[in-house]
Amino acid sequence: MVRVRRSVLAAVGALVVAASVHAAGQAPPAAPAGQGGRGRGNPPPRPAKAAAPIDLTGYWVANISEDWRWRMLTPAKGDYVSVPINFAAKTIADAWDPSKDEAAGEQCKSYGAPGLMRAPTRLHITWQDDETMKLETDYGTQTRLFHFGEWKAPAGEPTLQGDSVATWEGPRPPAVNSAPGANDAPPPVPKFGSLKVVTTHLKPGYLRKNGVPYSDKTTLSEYWDLMKDHSGTEWLVITTFVDDPTYLQNRWITSLNFKKEANGSKWDPTPCNTRW
Amino acid sequence: MQHEMVNHMKRLSLAAAALVAATVFVATPAFAQIDISGTWGNRIHEDWIERAPGPDIGDYTGLPLNDEGRARADAYQVSLQAMPERQCILYTVQYMVMGPQNLRITSEVDPISGRVVAWRFSGTVDRAPHTIWMDGRPHPSKNALHTAGGFSTGEWQGNMLVAYTTHMTEDMVWRNGVQASDQATITETFVRHDNTLTITMILEDPIYFEEPFIRSASFVLDPAVRVLPEPCEPQVEIQRKEGDVPHYLPGTNPFLKELSDLYKVPYEGVRGGAATLYPEYRKKLKDVYAPPAMCTKNCCGGVGGGVADRDQNCVKTDPAIKP
Repeated sequence: MVRVRRSVLAAVGALVVAASVHAAGQAPPAAPAGQGGRGRGNPPPRPAKAAAPIDLTGYWVANISEDWRWRMLTPAKGDYVSVPINFAAKTIADAWDPSKDEAAGEQCKSYGAPGLMRAPTRLHITWQDDETMKLETDYGTQTRLFHFGEWKAPAGEPTLQGDSVATWEGPRPPAVNSAPGANDAPPPVPKFGSLKVVTTHLKPGYLRKNGVPYSDKTTLSEYWDLMKDHSGTEWLVITTFVDDPTYLQNRWITSLNFKKEANGSKWDPTPCNTRW
Repeated sequence: MQHEMVNHMKRLSLAAAALVAATVFVATPAFAQIDISGTWGNRIHEDWIERAPGPDIGDYTGLPLNDEGRARADAYQVSLQAMPERQCILYTVQYMVMGPQNLRITSEVDPISGRVVAWRFSGTVDRAPHTIWMDGRPHPSKNALHTAGGFSTGEWQGNMLVAYTTHMTEDMVWRNGVQASDQATITETFVRHDNTLTITMILEDPIYFEEPFIRSASFVLDPAVRVLPEPCEPQVEIQRKEGDVPHYLPGTNPFLKELSDLYKVPYEGVRGGAATLYPEYRKKLKDVYAPPAMCTKNCCGGVGGGVADRDQNCVKTDPAIKP
């Protein structure tokens, strides 16, 4: 009788332990992506490149199925529909004069990160090193760098593409456990997740080609997600937040769609242009 | 007696094991079954004209339409919508990302396992309710009834809910007569980042579209927004002869070039098509397009500088804006 009771308890106990292990395998670990927190001691974080839950590398082309008239073309002066600008921004946009930008050597004012990503461009995404993702555009021949890990932004003047800090979000990859006796083979990296990129220290520029401004206080936050349509084509969807206390009444939220391309055969770099 | 007791305890042991196993291995939700329930405020920060007041007649910009799609849209007369038998035809699933309304999402939970069996998206005003089944049920036969809400199944892929919708009725994609056929299907994704929900829909329609048509929209969690109900009561708005269906015969729609004339956009671009959606098309326009000197219509766009009056001045403004 006692033995039987013990066997019941043992069976339940074993299953509870198994349940804990099972649940742990499914629930998100407490530690942020690639930042350790598993095993004894403080194991080193997995490099961002190795921890990538989604593969963003390759060539992507913008699919301009939204805001076509404002993205494919340079809109008329004073056309700021859809953007929650304030009166200060309206005043500046109404005074837009591309010849003044050209005279000042500011041909790239609409090619800063908040405007650039809405352009009809191709993206080429690569890893510059284990902790730095590089994004190039053929439109305006621009480069953005996404820094993972403990990167510190350099001091100095704001730049067109600003300083971008990147993290992986979603199912979190466990860190490599280097503690003595730890299993040599790291667990597999999860297959799903998002890239979060926060960009600050931006030089003032234009949200739209026609002079709708953003200020040097702007923060650009982006979430990068991958999806497939029913025929298997891969799409990149970037949810974008622009926060600018100087020129926006509230957060400007948009989402951008890029289609995967097999190679760079259509890559066509062009210089900045204030009018086109 | 003791033998029976032992057998009873053995059975109890197995039952307990089975119960725990069922609870743990069956009921434990897969990773990242994120809660997307709540009321979500629509942020119309893209395509404000198309999604709020409605697109101009003949505006097919950004749409990968084929010739059949164009011909169908060219035949459209807005007063078609005033026919009593058409007033209450609901928009299909795609209207969540093409329309202006807010969204209420609820979950249907199995009371025993705790699993989400379905996500339900409220209907509102003129959009049909939409249910995404999460319990693995198959799609019905291709001959089954088509409805405005269609039939959708979904699964979590990490932090993303992915759904596939079939069995929709024919529907207007834009409120200027651009149609999707009843053979269209939609792949939907729902991703929540903090309190923002991004919904992306890829519509694939072999009848009216040249290639998959992708749209995305973002909603912000907001318990204060209103989600208007959907009841509709048809009324006679225009007296017509019996059998009179408003339409334009091919080549007779007089409004198709209005947008092109107003914004100086080459007519070919206004007509849409897959080739107009990619960077190569911009290069084609370089020598044939020059923007108008000043915006004269729909310049403010609701949340921007305000709403334009008859003279196109931005007059109705946010308190933060000083006209």
